Amino acid sequence: MKQILVISGKGGTGKTVVTGSFAALARNKVMVDCDVDAADLHLLLHPVVKEHHEFRSGQSAVIDHLLCKKCGKCVSVCRYGAIKADYTIEHFSCEGCGLCSRVCPEHAIHMEENIAGEWFVSDTQYGPFVHAKLGIAQENSGKLVAKIRQVAKELAEQQALDYVIIDGPPGIGCPVIASLSGVDCALIVTEPTLSGLHDAKRVIDVAEHFHIPVKLVVNKYDLNVAMTGKIEEFCSTRNVPVIGKIIFDKTVVQALVAGKTIVEHAECAAGDEVRKIWEAFRN
Amino acid sequence: MLLEKKVSFMIISVASGKGGTGKTTVAVNLALSLENVQFLDCDVEEPNAQIFLKPSILDQKKAGVLIPKVDPTKCNDCGRCQDVCAFHAIAALPPYDGKKGKVLVFPHLCHGCGACSLLCPQKAIEEVEKDIGIIEIGEIQGIHFVHGRLNVGEAMSPPLIRQVKTYINRARTVIIDAPPGTSCPVITTVKGSDFCLLVTEPTPFGLNDLILAVEVLRKLQIPFGVVINRADIGDDKVEAYCENAKISVLMRIPFSKEIAVSYSNGIPIVSLDHSYREKFINLYREICRIANETNTCH
Repeated sequence: MKQILVISGKGGTGKTVVTGSFAALARNKVMVDCDVDAADLHLLLHPVVKEHHEFRSGQSAVIDHLLCKKCGKCVSVCRYGAIKADYTIEHFSCEGCGLCSRVCPEHAIHMEENIAGEWFVSDTQYGPFVHAKLGIAQENSGKLVAKIRQVAKELAEQQALDYVIIDGPPGIGCPVIASLSGVDCALIVTEPTLSGLHDAKRVIDVAEHFHIPVKLVVNKYDLNVAMTGKIEEFCSTRNVPVIGKIIFDKTVVQALVAGKTIVEHAECAAGDEVRKIWEAFRN
Repeated sequence: MLLEKKVSFMIISVASGKGGTGKTTVAVNLALSLENVQFLDCDVEEPNAQIFLKPSILDQKKAGVLIPKVDPTKCNDCGRCQDVCAFHAIAALPPYDGKKGKVLVFPHLCHGCGACSLLCPQKAIEEVEKDIGIIEIGEIQGIHFVHGRLNVGEAMSPPLIRQVKTYINRARTVIIDAPPGTSCPVITTVKGSDFCLLVTEPTPFGLNDLILAVEVLRKLQIPFGVVINRADIGDDKVEAYCENAKISVLMRIPFSKEIAVSYSNGIPIVSLDHSYREKFINLYREICRIANETNTCH
């Protein structure tokens, strides 16, 4: 069983369009959407939810106003500015360290567990799909990513599946690191722009930092052929194989609007290239 | 206090939910169209505004978080630090087999709350700075520019974002480029803004993530409006959603191959097509109009 991840650094380069196509092309796999705070893969896979779980993670402080004497001790120790002037907690600022509750002389503060989101195991026409929804203005997205990856991995082992295919989040921070950890290979989808090049460099660095092999594709490569050349040049200096270049193809948006993967929507150049990319990536 | 608020300018953040919808494009072009602007790039994982603004960097500062450092000569292995750490970032190994105990610190798990050092009965823990990134300060065409750059391999961006935001200068209109998504980095960035622009595109992905971003801003009680980028691709469901939810669409930028190509080379729209300057000034006026309803714009 192989775990493979699609990431990008820069957002909106086409990660989910590519991952969605892999769902249609790969046999014997489980799909995972690790972009838990802006998940979109379900819009292509149309899951039927079979299991629904709460994701409990972290804590938040709660002040009991009958006990609180407004002495200000909690305010002085909180480094997140989470205690407001009226001695209530601003929940989205509280990191749940619990220091306020420990220093309160009146024992007026206690910690409550957060419901930080929910996660699902679903059926799709492409096979099982594990996905999640981070609660509004919640944190701990890295832990939610780790949770659904573990669920998907166990499911793949039980059902003797060949692949865990993961749609990753943008950026290089905590949810990306949680998505990268322990995968067999990562595919970077970028675009031929200065931003795409800059962000691809950063995400290649992160993958290297965690010793994960990477391959790269350039989406909409013909928008700027010279920039595509620069990306290829850069990749060759870093020994990153460029396994595909997808043409700017209006069919891609049409497929999205139809809620379909590009390899199923209609015969198109972008779809043909993604088929080749899957063959080059899976091995 | 009241007087102070009256002379201050607006803080406008630009966010999106979905990545790649044009946050940086809108933020940069808005900044280039206005006078007396400070620009903060809080997308510290992938800071791209500098590609378009090309500021001269005048100053560079290291950004760090505080992590505990244990003085073994003072530590008596009581284990209190481990008990009070909510993030499992410190482990106190008890004495074993005649050997002295040991305290291990896991810096990547530490949130820098200070509980261990404050509550150590032996005062054996001091806090030391650990680098997580850099902050660069620069200037371009009268725009005061600040951005943060998270070190590769570093997981937590909010502390760096908070440090970038300490440079906010309320004597200028502050424009903040936010990271994508809807979780802690975004919340940390947009918190305290007078107004938030949500940039989206008219596709099912754009709509799905716009709805999530709207929920976040409603929870944070920040006034907001929408910019639809590549407004003539996809479908009309974003427009329909905004109309139903009574959300103002403040600007529509049609898809243009010319804009896309100039973007790819790091050229802002207003440099390519001067008529856009007026459009971004109008966008600012619309922002003021809406923010005025909540009494924050001057």
